[in-house]
Amino acid sequence: MNFINQVIQGAMLGGFYALSACGLSFLFGVMRIINLAHGSLAILAAFLMVSLLNASNLSNILGDYGYLAPFIGLLVILPVMALIGWALQYLVLDRSLRAGPLIPVLSTFGVSIILDNGMFEAYGANSQSLGPAIGDLAYNSWSLTDTLTIGQLDALIFATAVIVLCGMQWLLAKTAIGRTIRATAEEPGVVELIGINPRLVFAVCAAIAVALTGLAGVALAMRTSFDPYAGGPLLIFAFETVVIGGIGSLWGTLIGGIVLGVAQNIGAEISPGGFLIAGHLTFLVILIFRTFGVLPKLSALTSRRAAA
Amino acid sequence: MSGYTVERWTRRSIVFSGVIAALLVILAAGPAIFPPGVTDRLTTLFIYIIIAAMWNALAGYGGLVSIGQQLFIGLGGYALIRLSNAGVSLYPALLLAVVLVGILALPIGELMLRLRGGEFAIGMWVLAELAHFTITLDPLIQGETGTSLIALNAFAPAARRADTYWMGLGLMIALLGTLFILLRGKIGAGVQAIRDDEIAAASVGVQVHNGKRVMFVLAAVGCAAAGAVNLASTISFQPQAFFGIQWTAYMLFMALVGGLGTFEGPIIGAVVFFAMETFFGATGVTYLIGLGVVALVFALFIPRGIWGFLETRFGLRLLPVGYVLKVPAADAAE
Amino acid sequence: MSILSVETLESRHGLLVAVRGVSLSLNEGETLALVGANGAGKTTLLRSIAGAHKPVRGRIMFDGQDVTAMPAHRRVGLGIALVPEGRRLFAGMTVEENLRVAGAHGRKGVWNLDAVLAAFPQLKPKLKARAGDLSGGQQQATAIGRALMTNPRLLLLDEVSLGLSPLAVDQVYDSLRGLMSGGTTIILVEQDLARALSVATRIACMLEGAVVLEGAAARLSRDDITQAYFGLNRAAEPA
Repeated sequence: MNFINQVIQGAMLGGFYALSACGLSFLFGVMRIINLAHGSLAILAAFLMVSLLNASNLSNILGDYGYLAPFIGLLVILPVMALIGWALQYLVLDRSLRAGPLIPVLSTFGVSIILDNGMFEAYGANSQSLGPAIGDLAYNSWSLTDTLTIGQLDALIFATAVIVLCGMQWLLAKTAIGRTIRATAEEPGVVELIGINPRLVFAVCAAIAVALTGLAGVALAMRTSFDPYAGGPLLIFAFETVVIGGIGSLWGTLIGGIVLGVAQNIGAEISPGGFLIAGHLTFLVILIFRTFGVLPKLSALTSRRAAA
Repeated sequence: MSGYTVERWTRRSIVFSGVIAALLVILAAGPAIFPPGVTDRLTTLFIYIIIAAMWNALAGYGGLVSIGQQLFIGLGGYALIRLSNAGVSLYPALLLAVVLVGILALPIGELMLRLRGGEFAIGMWVLAELAHFTITLDPLIQGETGTSLIALNAFAPAARRADTYWMGLGLMIALLGTLFILLRGKIGAGVQAIRDDEIAAASVGVQVHNGKRVMFVLAAVGCAAAGAVNLASTISFQPQAFFGIQWTAYMLFMALVGGLGTFEGPIIGAVVFFAMETFFGATGVTYLIGLGVVALVFALFIPRGIWGFLETRFGLRLLPVGYVLKVPAADAAE
Repeated sequence: MSILSVETLESRHGLLVAVRGVSLSLNEGETLALVGANGAGKTTLLRSIAGAHKPVRGRIMFDGQDVTAMPAHRRVGLGIALVPEGRRLFAGMTVEENLRVAGAHGRKGVWNLDAVLAAFPQLKPKLKARAGDLSGGQQQATAIGRALMTNPRLLLLDEVSLGLSPLAVDQVYDSLRGLMSGGTTIILVEQDLARALSVATRIACMLEGAVVLEGAAARLSRDDITQAYFGLNRAAEPA
């Protein structure tokens, strides 16, 4: 029974991983850049939310509804993160792309070092959490049976991940801006010939990607505690999620997250240190199988549907 | 076509090589002429030069960006701890550790080299994290607390310091020398061709996989050597200090600032980094932010690094790694 | 009415000079055929006019406006459209999406989805097909249609017959004739001299980056052009 519970918890965790991978996957899909500052940006959003709540005293103002404060705070944090993404594109990513394939890795890594240590300077080493800010939501759960439970926050995050993925899918497949983005992603050197400014499109995509990343950071902060250097693990798990699910596939991201979450939880069940090892091993095994061509069909299937 | 000659050793490079040789002789006498603090610091400088050159061999020459080379630094240190614990005398253990990790790098390379770009970069990081974590499970290491080379305490501090210094210097020369010879040979030309255009390189007969494999194993061996020497120098082995991602940050900084894809670049980058650490390292987090800013500025505005800039600006080629085409000065048809 | 004026244009690829002091002018409604061997600079010249390649010297005037510094995507708004060499369609998107995305960002005018399909009826059954899966001729039709969706006043066509069967090329040129009679100004790069001569009102021949022959198609003989194409009149001069 405990095993099944772990699988369910793992799947719910997978929802969080999928959410945290959205921004990374989208940016890679459009600009072919692996944003090594992804994790740091997520944590930045979490810290900004903490600062916002402290400065605005929103929780107290809302009284009985104080637990809604972080959600209302998103109305500020998400646009701020979008602006940061926009700036990141024009200040860093644009130049990096033109300098060759090596440079974006180096420059985004540089950004992550600056962010991580900058946050340490600004906020100190102490762990923070948004758990207290959302009150009961942080630990309430629904009981499916005597031994199986689903956390309400977990369910909310999972639902958010699904909504975000559906939204991205719809945006890309059905809207004019989605077509513009897809065209620019395919042939950035050609879209200018039909009136599209590729740098502007990339800036919009970076804004969307970083806003999504910020959303994931806030979700992390609600689930658990974080410190200035929590970006690294978040990046690794997000990356593993994207790779397991298949690069370029939106729904693959959800599947990847679930596989990773379940693997980690089963590993934890087997042994105390098993959480990390199981996750990393699963990632490596799938990576190897995929490189040897054993698992291409799954990702091709999901990515074909995403592109349609 | 007659009258054109290809030179490898220009007069300038001969002079410069002479200067280097003299410098090495002086360094070899190090422990005898420098105070102990300087000897220690120089050992650290040798370690930095090694890892900078190795990261550059992978990324600048091989086109393989890895953010997980700390895997081999950690494995080098760990192998040395284990061998010491098994009773092997320190310095033979050091060399054996390097060889063992080098052998381990072969199957790792087979696997990881099939990955492209970002996948390879982060894949190596995941391996490093996996190794980090697995090693903390070793009772000898006691989790993150680590352990130390108690065996070294049996030697006199002066002797230990000198021996570690010479090991560091010797390994640095050996590794740089190996890289130099490789780059002058077929592998060198091939690897750079691979970096620039893999498919085109393959189409002219370059053994793509072979070139990458050689660079990968060399980089692994070099990083393992750095890790082992680092352990011999600092004595204590804390997993985080050896497997941490800060090593990648350092390597990246040194190779980028010094000059990616050049032989001299990483050495300059290591010296710059060493100087920054000596003067600013104590300021803690501000220092790290400064490193990040400098790296970012170089990545965006001076991507060819200090040496790359100097090379283009002044047409400098000091060490004879490349080829120089000499055009006959006589009557041009124009 | 002069719609395009190129003045002593120089464009480079790194250190290589691809377009060397080229000057030409075109009136509205004319069709200029740009001929020359591979590497003569034709594609670079077209790309410079479209804004996809930055010249190092010279000026480009479009309809009286200096567009030399204007980025390509803004030139589309003025009415310049380039059908690039090799088609370069958005292969993962459908034919319809390829056309619609161009229509969304170009000028408004007579060309819309229906008009393009009327001009290229072979695309009607292929609207929902993936652009990358089409035959060469269909891809070329889509590429031209995509450029037309931006309602250009000046249409630049780079090697539209490349890689197509003779039948497909016939089809493409039939459609082009329709365009020409409609008043669109066209510059077309074409390796096949006969084709070029059959549709053009003006010819310009390029050799090693420079325009070595230029004039009305009616006044230039096949021989003149062939000589210029191969640089034969240069070799005949005393050293």
